[in-house]
Amino acid sequence: MIKKFVSIILILFPLKAFALIEVDITRGNLDPLPLAVSPLSIDEKSRIGFKQILSKENIGSEISLIVENNLRTSGIFNPLDKNAFLQAPDIAHLKPRFEDWNLIKAQALITGKVNYVEDKLRVEFRLWDVLAAKEMMALAFTTVPTNWRRVGHIISDKIYERLTGEKGYFDTRIIYVAEEGPKTQRIKKLAIMDQDGFNNKFLTLGNELVLTPRFNPTSQMVTYLSYFKNMPRVYLLDIETGTQEVVGDFPGMTFAPRFSPDGKKIIMSFANDGKSDIYTMDLENRLVEKITNHPSIDTSPSYSPDGKFITFNSDRSGYQQIYIMRSDGSDVKRISFGNGIYGTPVWSPRGDLIAFTKLHKGKFYIGVMRTDGSGERLLTENYYQEAPSWSPNGRVLIFYRETKTNSKGEGFSAKLWSIDLTGYNERLLKTPTDGSDPSWSSLLGN
Amino acid sequence: MRLSKIFKNTLLVLMACIVLTACATKKEVETKTTTSTTEAKTETTETEKVEPIEPIAGQMQGDVYTGTDTVGYLAEGVKDRVFFATNESILTTASRETLRAQAAWLRKNPDVTVVVEGHADERGTREYNLALGERRANAAKDYLMTYGISSDRITVLSYGKERPVDAGSTPLAWSKNRRSVTVKAN
Repeated sequence: MIKKFVSIILILFPLKAFALIEVDITRGNLDPLPLAVSPLSIDEKSRIGFKQILSKENIGSEISLIVENNLRTSGIFNPLDKNAFLQAPDIAHLKPRFEDWNLIKAQALITGKVNYVEDKLRVEFRLWDVLAAKEMMALAFTTVPTNWRRVGHIISDKIYERLTGEKGYFDTRIIYVAEEGPKTQRIKKLAIMDQDGFNNKFLTLGNELVLTPRFNPTSQMVTYLSYFKNMPRVYLLDIETGTQEVVGDFPGMTFAPRFSPDGKKIIMSFANDGKSDIYTMDLENRLVEKITNHPSIDTSPSYSPDGKFITFNSDRSGYQQIYIMRSDGSDVKRISFGNGIYGTPVWSPRGDLIAFTKLHKGKFYIGVMRTDGSGERLLTENYYQEAPSWSPNGRVLIFYRETKTNSKGEGFSAKLWSIDLTGYNERLLKTPTDGSDPSWSSLLGN
Repeated sequence: MRLSKIFKNTLLVLMACIVLTACATKKEVETKTTTSTTEAKTETTETEKVEPIEPIAGQMQGDVYTGTDTVGYLAEGVKDRVFFATNESILTTASRETLRAQAAWLRKNPDVTVVVEGHADERGTREYNLALGERRANAAKDYLMTYGISSDRITVLSYGKERPVDAGSTPLAWSKNRRSVTVKAN
């Protein structure tokens, strides 16, 4: 299904690049860049054409709304109120009157146009530097009309990249566990949605307990834990075809699966006789390799992006701590030494940080540390939260939070949240049901 | 005749060996767990001050649940579950008693097979809790085995923190949820 989506034709207009506006995303951005997202203009014929296919009154405004929402949720941009815009969208797209946009304090302007061409959706947009009165970027996309939300996300990524110098994370999806029912008898299903919460789809029916889904690097496969036939096992799911299979033939529970960065292996824990060790299975030749061998619990393994190292969670010191080792299991080193216990280490896609969950004095924290354990930084504190997953550009973490129940055991909920690496911009992700165990995909277009 | 006698003798010796090794391994496991507790305890006092736990009269000892409201029965007079301290898989004296009763009943009902379900409280990460549940269920399984129940009659199934019996967010609720439950499988 994702493959089909990728059939977007990208045409780059030649343009002269001027490094004009620059946005620093490495610090907490208390002063987001004000910009104007002018609604994409649409001619009457195209508007009616799309209305028939997509039952949307004005697809141009809808797409610019996606862009606007994405940029706003990033926390580093401040899309201005459309009511203040003086110039009409179609004219602004041809030649903005920069004085007008300057007047409302917009530093950047996004304009564009939507056309209905031979049953296809054609979208072009331009990014302008208002102060320098210059065009910064111009792109056009042609795709099937049903892909309109993705076009909005791709435009957002292009703008983010042009203004920050780093790849965006908007044309992505999130796989998670949708939860319903009482806390003692939760019904859990695999669910997938766009990063902004749209296009939510359930992938399993809820007949058996499912946990901890994770994407492969191309985001077409998912590995997860299922209690199918009351046997907790690691499974592999092809999102496109819906086919599922058990990973490996272990005489007991396998859990905590993740893909290797090349997508060729699954790394996971196998529990046996009260001990849990880390194993890998090669998906091509089905070869199983034991990576750790210790009477303790070794779990939550995660590869470094170059595949040379693995970070994992072990209680070999008496309590849960974070360790790293070479991918063959040698050179095991403990890296967490702060107060409290540490779990769920996940290596950042940029390679320089490990995100984790920490429990200290009855509170749960999501934090990051360097790969040698130095520079620990806690981003958020709560009653219960865990399992961070990185955005593909390594700037945002998504995780889940559970609430404390009252004296009658009521009021339980599980929700998905995100927070910037800076510790700012904490956000609740809207999901149709409760949710947990989120995992972020790679950029789909790549 | 002679051959069968020799066979019988070897069998006896063999059986004695099995019993002995079983005891030996058990002891080893026990000492190991005790050392790890002392280690853990020192670390607790040094680095990790676990939330103060209000003792609830008659329901908890330390932070192990001793009440009966959630307890079911495997058979008449045979309790189905045992409880654990936070992060621990050590069997308390009361747990051993319960498991000995289960073993006695299982010896009398040799056709019964069981699933030992291991559970954790909600105050841990999901993946670690799955492993901890497995470790707890195995502690119970090992004990049943030392009382003569064959391992192929016992399946271990960990639920981690997925199936609490008490939905509360209190130390008492958590203590009820840190458990292993022996369930008839046939």
